[in-house]
Amino acid sequence: MSDFLQFVFSGLTVGAIYALVGIGFALIYNASHVINFAQGEFVMIGGMATVALIDLGVPLLPAALVAIAIAALVGVALEKLAIEPARNAGVVTLIIITIGASILVRGVVEVVLGKQFHRLPSFSGDQPILVGGATLHPQSLWIVGALVVLVVGLKLFFDRHPFGKAILATAHNRLAAQLVGIEVKTVLVASFALSAAFGAIGGILTAPLTLTQYDVGVMLGVKGFCAAILGGLGSPFGAVLGGLIVGLAEALAAGYVSSAYKDVVAFVMILLVLFFMPSGLFGTKGTERV
Amino acid sequence: MANPALGRWGGLIVLIVVVAALPLVLPNKFYYDIAVKTGLNALVCVGLNLLIGYAGQISLGHAAFFALGGYASAVLTTRYEWNGFLALGAGAVATGIVAYLVARPILRLKGHYLAMATLAFGIIVSLVLNREIWLTGGPDGITVPTLRLGDMRLRSAETWYWITGGALVVVTYLALNLIHSPSGRAIRALHGSEVAAETLGIDVARTKTMVFVLSAVIAAIAGSLFAHADRFITPNEAGFLRSVELVTMVVLGGMASTFGAIVGAALLTVLPQALAGFDEFKHIVLGAILVGTMIFLPKGLVPSLGALIRRWRR
Amino acid sequence: MTARNPSRRLALCLGVATAVMLGALGGAQAQQAPIKIGSFLAVTGPASFLGDPEAKTLKLYVDRINKAGGVAGRQLQLVVYDSAGDAKQAVSFAKRLIDEDKVDLIIGGSTTGETMAAAPVVQEAELPFISLAGANVVVEPVKKWIFKTPHSDRMAIEKIFEDAQKREFKKVAVIGGPGGFDQSCRAEAVKLAPRYGLEVVANETYGANDTEMTPQLTRIRSTPGVQAIVGCGFGAPTVITARNYKQLGMQNIPFYFNHGVGSDQFIKQSEGATEGMRVPVAAVLVGDQLKADDPQRPIVTDYRKTYTEAYNEPISTFGGHAFDALLIATEAIKRAGGPDKAKVRDEIEKTKDLIGVDGIFTMSATDHMGLDLRSFKMTEIKDGKWVLLY
Repeated sequence: MSDFLQFVFSGLTVGAIYALVGIGFALIYNASHVINFAQGEFVMIGGMATVALIDLGVPLLPAALVAIAIAALVGVALEKLAIEPARNAGVVTLIIITIGASILVRGVVEVVLGKQFHRLPSFSGDQPILVGGATLHPQSLWIVGALVVLVVGLKLFFDRHPFGKAILATAHNRLAAQLVGIEVKTVLVASFALSAAFGAIGGILTAPLTLTQYDVGVMLGVKGFCAAILGGLGSPFGAVLGGLIVGLAEALAAGYVSSAYKDVVAFVMILLVLFFMPSGLFGTKGTERV
Repeated sequence: MANPALGRWGGLIVLIVVVAALPLVLPNKFYYDIAVKTGLNALVCVGLNLLIGYAGQISLGHAAFFALGGYASAVLTTRYEWNGFLALGAGAVATGIVAYLVARPILRLKGHYLAMATLAFGIIVSLVLNREIWLTGGPDGITVPTLRLGDMRLRSAETWYWITGGALVVVTYLALNLIHSPSGRAIRALHGSEVAAETLGIDVARTKTMVFVLSAVIAAIAGSLFAHADRFITPNEAGFLRSVELVTMVVLGGMASTFGAIVGAALLTVLPQALAGFDEFKHIVLGAILVGTMIFLPKGLVPSLGALIRRWRR
Repeated sequence: MTARNPSRRLALCLGVATAVMLGALGGAQAQQAPIKIGSFLAVTGPASFLGDPEAKTLKLYVDRINKAGGVAGRQLQLVVYDSAGDAKQAVSFAKRLIDEDKVDLIIGGSTTGETMAAAPVVQEAELPFISLAGANVVVEPVKKWIFKTPHSDRMAIEKIFEDAQKREFKKVAVIGGPGGFDQSCRAEAVKLAPRYGLEVVANETYGANDTEMTPQLTRIRSTPGVQAIVGCGFGAPTVITARNYKQLGMQNIPFYFNHGVGSDQFIKQSEGATEGMRVPVAAVLVGDQLKADDPQRPIVTDYRKTYTEAYNEPISTFGGHAFDALLIATEAIKRAGGPDKAKVRDEIEKTKDLIGVDGIFTMSATDHMGLDLRSFKMTEIKDGKWVLLY
């Protein structure tokens, strides 16, 4: 039983990160119908920039805020410089552009900050908390807590704030949104900035647990993509559930079946979902865009 | 282009001339080695281009087929002491069967979903190759014996240059033939609109599956040749980044252009070697090239340059 | 039309490539041809703990040797490529060193995987190759042209099991990664355990890019009777393992690591999680604690001082492996009177009582490593420092 709890803790922690990345995929997809393969790089930027700033003597909180801002700026730059000029291109072209952007971002970080892996100090120490025979790292609480706060915040933003409503409206029908006077371009930029910030927050929160390096974004990006698809592409809240499910499934598989095939579980799950429920576990039917 | 047939076969002749003449300027074994890698990548890309460029189906997992071929050769020749050519054939057939089995469910999907499914398939294959250490040697790879033809050991980079060059010319010839045959027209019809293709009486699912299997088998054969030429293979050959690299070659050179695929493969194989001295900047340069080409030359190098030259001539 | 482009493009690329490479070479074509030492190391990537100090050591000492007049009257020229710990890259750089750079000798392969991948290429090209990799598969069976400087993983396991036996442990767990070095170490552990009255009750592996080892450690924790854990590996995964071990509150189970973690970086990155861990390492890491009459003391002290002064960072055992490889190579070249490949190989094999920082080397036709257990020290990590036990 204590083992089970241990695996659940581990799964929720990892799943929360996938969820944050998945939200980013969903936000950008909603606004632009682009799958942003550079999404994982925002996670990396968040962690790496914070580490670099702390090394320069900046305290954790301002360092983290600046890192989030940097990631958001990169997100905006990506939209302005790479996505907008190719607005009318096909799916394949857009996928390639974002992949190219992710390689470029990795390359820049590699040159500026080096290829070594780095760590961040834990926010509240490393003393594990004992819960029902299992141990919980304080950082896990930070990660899950941050996810809850962000999701609630996002929900309020969409429901209450006029700009949040504008983003939703654009996602549903771009043309109609334009007709009622919504600045679709601003929505696009904001979506990229927002999803970059979500990724960066995930990166900062996990760096104390898992170490960070210039190339951690690749696998996280792919897993976040899994989360987004599982939750139904374009549904940020579906992506959260998707992320948690992927995280839990991985941890339980690693614990009870084989740690060697932990990663396979996520991808097999994705294939099954795609084959049998192509609009995801929580997606609505009939929204497929060709 | 006044006469398309002339352009098509003229291209093949140029390819043959290039393959035949290149050794005149290759200074040593190291350059032959790069030329062999270029040729093998080009081989995969010619096949992949049939799928992406002509049929309009993306695959972000094609490196898996390349690696399946390579590992079939590696494992069958080292662990079970098969004849190399037999292993190559078996690898190609087995990969074809795998591709056939996954093709139907995967190719029902479209756009991002198709990208995700092929990506997932590729990653699963690369994970299996990484984890089944007893069979594959794990992440540090496996050494592959020299390919033997009777008593002759196919070993030197020069020998492999001619094998690869020959294979490239043959596959290019077959690809060109296919594209301009009735089946080829069916394939191209998919790119426009599947619904339209259907109304024209084309069996969409069957056509897609055929192209998918064909491109997988070509990749597997290239993988087998690669394993023997390099005498070493690691699971990285099946990895996500390798798949991305292959797609990039096709897109960079120009989708729906067989020679574009070859040019793309050549550029992206040679460039990293040229940049080896500036290792740190390699990724920046590659990333910038990718984004830049897609934005400014969205059709890819060869078609865009071709159009440019045509316009300039007028 | 489209058709003419491929040829032009290809020629252009190859032209560019040639120009770049010749450019790189050009600077080096000095008055008298230098002796070329090639190297491929994991300077970056997950094994950068190893490759980075190795590359720094080689550069530092090649400079010093050149300033002091070179070897056999000729200057040394070092060509280093970064394999990032990838076996595939290692092979292609080995080929490049041999065919393009035409080096006289190769030092390198930070990891077992890189070394074993490049081994067939080097054997075929027939030039001396001194590896910096740990596993004994590198020199067992003996390969004509291949030598190595670090202690083998078998020695590490022997040393660890001796210690475990002294502490009257009966049941141990093993955890390691999928790479060549880890695999070899785990196999040795399973094979040697009965000889020391030990039983391996859990044998866990993790993936090369895993960011979390808690499932494996949780399973070890719930295996009944585990008295000690033996870690096989190097680089980032070992740090994560150590951190997860602490996060799971498992410090009541003693932890041994093999010599793949022998650097201060390991302790620093693990943030206190390594307290009390025991690790067999080469003498250089605890050089300041060696007895005054220890024959290795002078050379170890000198290396520590030189390296720390040059780079302002603590030394590691890995830099020491590179130091020894260069020492063995230059001594052999001196005795051979020049870089003739076959003669140098023979002379390397004749290395006898050569005091290096890893230990005292005596090689032979059947032993291409030449170290014994004397110079292999058991240490414990106390207050973030390597403390010599015996």
